[in-house]
Amino acid sequence: MPKFAPVANPKQQSTESKTTCFHCGEVCNDHEFHLEDKYFCCFGCKTVYEILRDNDLCSYYDMQEHPGITQKNKVAANKYSVLDNQSVREKFIRFADGNQTHVVFYLPTMHCSSCIWLLEHMHQMNHAVLQSRVDFPKKEITLVFDESKISLGEVAAMLDSIGYEPLLSLQDIEKKPEKQLQKSRLIKIGISGFAFGNIMMMAFPEYLAGGAVEDVSLQILFRYLSLILALPVFFYCAGEFYTSSWKSIKNKFLNIDVPIALAIIFTFTRSLWAVFVEHEGGYFDSMTGIVFFMLVGRYFQDLTYKTISFDRDYKSYFPLSVALVNDGAEQQIPLSEIKEGDVIVVRNHELIPADALLILGKGNIDYSFVTGEADPVDKKIGELIYAGGKQVGAAIQLKVIKPVAQSYLTQLWNNINANHKEDERKDFVQTLGRYFALIVLVLSAIASIFWIVQGDMERAADAFITPMIVACPCALLLSATFTNGNAIRYFGNFGIYLKNANVIAAFNKITTIVFDKTGTLTQSNTTGTSYNGDVLSSEERICVATLAAQSNHPYSRAIANMLGKSTGAEISDFKEFPGKGISAKINGNELSLGAAEFVGVENKTVQHGITYVAINGKVKGHFNFANRYREGFDNMVNNLKGNYELYLLSGDNDSDRTYLSSYFGANKLYFNQTPHDKLAFIKQLQAQNKHVMMLGDGLNDAGALQQSDIGIAVSQNSNFTPASDVVMDVNQLSKLERLFKFAKASKLVITGSFVLSIIYNVIGLYFALQGMLAPVIAAILMPLSTITIVSFTTGMTTIAAKRLLKK
Amino acid sequence: MSVIILLIGASILVAGGFLVAFIWSVKHGQYEDDYTPGVRMLFDDQKASNHPTTSTKTKK
Repeated sequence: MPKFAPVANPKQQSTESKTTCFHCGEVCNDHEFHLEDKYFCCFGCKTVYEILRDNDLCSYYDMQEHPGITQKNKVAANKYSVLDNQSVREKFIRFADGNQTHVVFYLPTMHCSSCIWLLEHMHQMNHAVLQSRVDFPKKEITLVFDESKISLGEVAAMLDSIGYEPLLSLQDIEKKPEKQLQKSRLIKIGISGFAFGNIMMMAFPEYLAGGAVEDVSLQILFRYLSLILALPVFFYCAGEFYTSSWKSIKNKFLNIDVPIALAIIFTFTRSLWAVFVEHEGGYFDSMTGIVFFMLVGRYFQDLTYKTISFDRDYKSYFPLSVALVNDGAEQQIPLSEIKEGDVIVVRNHELIPADALLILGKGNIDYSFVTGEADPVDKKIGELIYAGGKQVGAAIQLKVIKPVAQSYLTQLWNNINANHKEDERKDFVQTLGRYFALIVLVLSAIASIFWIVQGDMERAADAFITPMIVACPCALLLSATFTNGNAIRYFGNFGIYLKNANVIAAFNKITTIVFDKTGTLTQSNTTGTSYNGDVLSSEERICVATLAAQSNHPYSRAIANMLGKSTGAEISDFKEFPGKGISAKINGNELSLGAAEFVGVENKTVQHGITYVAINGKVKGHFNFANRYREGFDNMVNNLKGNYELYLLSGDNDSDRTYLSSYFGANKLYFNQTPHDKLAFIKQLQAQNKHVMMLGDGLNDAGALQQSDIGIAVSQNSNFTPASDVVMDVNQLSKLERLFKFAKASKLVITGSFVLSIIYNVIGLYFALQGMLAPVIAAILMPLSTITIVSFTTGMTTIAAKRLLKK
Repeated sequence: MSVIILLIGASILVAGGFLVAFIWSVKHGQYEDDYTPGVRMLFDDQKASNHPTTSTKTKK
């Protein structure tokens, strides 16, 4: 089961005067929010605690310390009322019969056993909720409620009120069939395993006695029993191989399933012939074995991560609904119903869903999601605002000029056709496995022609059919299937989730790595702010906080955030000097905040990420933002530099150019890149025959991630990522180099087991082509080759993973 | 030898029984969520009496 880092839980113990929030464990900046002896970091956390206390649900806090989710960035809105819209409601409801309504919500913030406890006690909060069940690995909750007492929108709002915001996205609801597929595969594995085991048991006496069993009636019974057991395997369990290979043949293309299907059919018909015509034991054990092991291999390979979606499109980034202004009244309508000319309201931290003109209010749009640019952009009335931006500040009204599907952002998404990627990733082993069947067919045809010329018709028939059975390409294919499946599992244990097995092979071809900056190499919120210098009095703190709050520069915001609320200070003469700092007169004190030379610090070496503060001309100290770049970033880049070409593409401005050029080299840095630029850059690299890996996090990288040979989405909590091949937990970023090594090792394992199976096949073919393969040899060779190869690959990948990924 | 035939029949029956049990468990979603039930089991039930309507049956 994939484990994710808690959404926000820096467990800092209360050293000095620091108080942590009773609900979420974050550091409280001031002591404004408290109840009895408990302190909270924000109003939201306090509210959640009150709700839980009033409903007698405080056991929530007994199981884990600070189990809650911080409510600081909470968006308050009546956005759930759209769920009561009939067409939307129907999409979410699983079952309804008048008394009971069943609904499943996806709650990405669920992260611990306390969450499970609380969510399964929803009925205590509202008696209209009849039952709630949590599926933790999927982060889903199934609620049964009485719709005559509570509406769907109210249920969602109730979840939201205690900190579990349901993620409402139509794309995620629409897909569901996968579960059934995995279920039927498990059943197929069960049946084929059952048949394989029993047939093996009955085949033993015949093999051991060299074909001559004393009791003939027993022998016949065994044969027919084996045949009966093999029937469901042949007709039901192996079904997916037939359909898949038939599809590929129809498209004039040989896929990997063709040789498997051929081998299964040949083995089965040859065994029928043996039982009914030659009156000998067949090869039913081999046939069922092939099917069983292939299915097991497939199962492990396809064991995808339930909570992770690799194929999101723009739809899942957008809200489900938007507030439409109609004759002065607000009304929530589904996003798809927005038309040109509609007037919509967008509140603080809400996403702008369509290209629109600002008609009321002051726009302060944060485009970091789309472009990576960290600073919000000011917009005045009448200006065009592109979809994808987030409003920061008071609510604004917008007039839609293009429907959602035609906006700038969605256009970008639709332009990318990434499907070509799969075909280019043909692995050497897979290609060989595919043609191996053809080679064997040709060989056996030659052998049988040879025996026909010699006049030995019986041998000719045998020489044609048995090689197909013996030289089963399955062993070859199994090696790749099992190695990759096992490798995916190990990657998953370390917070690295691969979309499919082909990605591992693609790793070995990578020549160039492109990084995004904001959110990928840097932390998106500057949590690592610290202050060094003279201790500030509480009045001075308020002054500095007030000054910092005036600017939108990321550092200023971080300082304001750290110092907490600024109230009641009088400010005048505020000046901002871009690239240098800010100054103002606050409560009669002259304050300045900024770079060393701006504030007046003498003979200090210029260091990145330090902001000095001076009050009335006296330098008080400085703020550090050292942790903006992720831990281990410098080591990772330095280690990769030797083997790969590294680039950095950033949508942000070039304020970090000097710092980054020491790592990447000055000519490998590109700033102010639009999403289109990034995509074009990757294309240009690929045109030079380079194999590109791209690491990014936001919607702004989505195009580039799709275009690159391997797109890695770096994610804070693995819940919400753009379409990509790999989803990686941010904390694992420094392990990137080891990933490459492990991918190399798993290629070695595949090659090794490949050699092993070639040896088996050559021995088998040697006998088979001469038309004199004894059943004993076939019987020993087939399971032996399969089992040794399976254990070889799993064993070797385990060793490789332990060596490379641990520590 | 007939004892072997009897034994074979018995062993296949027993194995078949397990196969049926396995198929039943897959169909009833026993392998879908292998984490939550283990946690759920450890919760205290002090409030269960307040709430008689809870049924363990899940409808799809």
